[in-house]
Amino acid sequence: MTRVELLSVGKRYPARGRSATETVAVDDVSIEIASGEIHAVIGYSGAGKSTLLRLVNGLERATSGQIFIDGVEITGLTESKLRHVRLRIGMIFQQFNLFHSKTVFKNVEYPLIVAGTPREERRARVSELLSYVGLEQYAHTHVEQLSGGQKQRVGIARALATNPGLLLADEATSALDPDTSREVLELLARVNREFGITILLITHEMDVVREIAQRVTVMEGGRAVEQGDVFDVFSSPQTDTTRRFVSTALPTVPDPEHLLALREKHRGKLISVTLRDGGVDQPVVFRTLADRGIGVSIVHGGITDVGGRSFGKLTLELIGEGVQVEHAIAALAQETELEVLA
Amino acid sequence: MDRLIELLPKIADATLETLVYVSFAMLLGGVFGLIIGVLLTTTRQGGILQNTPVYWVLNFLVNFFRPIPFVILIPVIMPLARVITGKGIGGPALIVALVVAASFGISRLVEQNLLTVPPGQIEAARAMGASPMRILLTVLIPEGLGPLVLGYTFAFIAVVDMSAMAGVVGAGGLGNFALQYGYRQFNPWVTWASVLIIVALVQLIQLLGNVIARKLLRR
Repeated sequence: MTRVELLSVGKRYPARGRSATETVAVDDVSIEIASGEIHAVIGYSGAGKSTLLRLVNGLERATSGQIFIDGVEITGLTESKLRHVRLRIGMIFQQFNLFHSKTVFKNVEYPLIVAGTPREERRARVSELLSYVGLEQYAHTHVEQLSGGQKQRVGIARALATNPGLLLADEATSALDPDTSREVLELLARVNREFGITILLITHEMDVVREIAQRVTVMEGGRAVEQGDVFDVFSSPQTDTTRRFVSTALPTVPDPEHLLALREKHRGKLISVTLRDGGVDQPVVFRTLADRGIGVSIVHGGITDVGGRSFGKLTLELIGEGVQVEHAIAALAQETELEVLA
Repeated sequence: MDRLIELLPKIADATLETLVYVSFAMLLGGVFGLIIGVLLTTTRQGGILQNTPVYWVLNFLVNFFRPIPFVILIPVIMPLARVITGKGIGGPALIVALVVAASFGISRLVEQNLLTVPPGQIEAARAMGASPMRILLTVLIPEGLGPLVLGYTFAFIAVVDMSAMAGVVGAGGLGNFALQYGYRQFNPWVTWASVLIIVALVQLIQLLGNVIARKLLRR
């Protein structure tokens, strides 16, 4: 529902102390997030993504550049004006940040009180939200008694209370186990689908990006080093940082050590073939090889889903006469992206 | 022993005096201490009302008064007591000194306890558009209330301890009674009787503090 634009945004912290130098947390980052889009910012810790996220709701002030929310510039707004903007932006956190002195109900009710919603309306809205996240039976439980996944669902309900058009997610699944993490991601995807809410999430986990994001920005050293459609960015990474992230979640070529182990078992020529949705078909690859009488075994890699499209990298062992194998590789190279592994 | 029975009405008076001193000190000192402690927490670097000059001045004041031993603070405060109560000696003067000492002592306890509230919870409230005042009243204080109650219990006992120096300005109370009628008249029975009452009082307050804190912390 909400459109976000960041134009050459920067955040510098002045030097403190004699030997300290100025810290540049975010450096000239531009991102355009369309209404209803799930945009992920991925980077290692210290890449500046957490600061970047806080610039969007003004928890931290940008020191350069402009930020527009639904076309309205928020950079330079006074703190009290910013508070109004924040009523329309939900935020969830890695450590949930629920109020321990309050019950589940009171936690979800809190932003509605801040927004000045009348009491009866608040009750109805909180009940509605708790049943949406499947926690209606825990309304009067204290948050300390909940599991991590339940806490994050309370966090999501709380963030959605005022019907925001934008949800900021700060490493929302990093403190959760893989199953719970998937549940929370599914809930976020559902929120996006059903309410059209724009989501800006930051993470260091490739799986999170792969599972729910449509677009991605890769950050390193405060800068956006790569940006675009999740499939495009991850199926053909341009920078080392992106390549490293890709290797954590996508089938890739075996690393040198693994390659040595593979060589022990497989005496044939090893090649790596990239399969992209909309690119070359798998049958083409295998037919090309079969037509030339080459035996094939798959020794590494796989196919996976990236941003709703399939992406694969397969390491194949080619068995046949040396010359024929060379011809087959040449023919295959016409059809697809291919790498001969040394 | 006979002498102790003879002194019973005086013990009752002294107990009442102690209760009056300590109540005043805890009520007024508790409120002032809370205000100063809240300001120390919120005006510091990164606080919700960050204001370096205010923090610096308060921090200096607290550090100035806190190390003064109470027995010396009483005469130091005397001119102030004279302005407020009209007299530099007696119960009211002692109460002024107790309030000053309690305010600064409690302010540090409040500051320490409020600083244990996770910054993430304050950030969450900010992200929801809450104003600093609302955050203070609906997040910071409620979240820190359990440890705060324990801090106040601790302060109460410290104030009982300080009130024993009442004799310096001619005020009464149990501590003074124990010194005057017990120690100086070589009557250990009297000393011990006073001590027992003080211990009972302290135990009662500690028990109460623990019960309330446990309720608030729900552990």
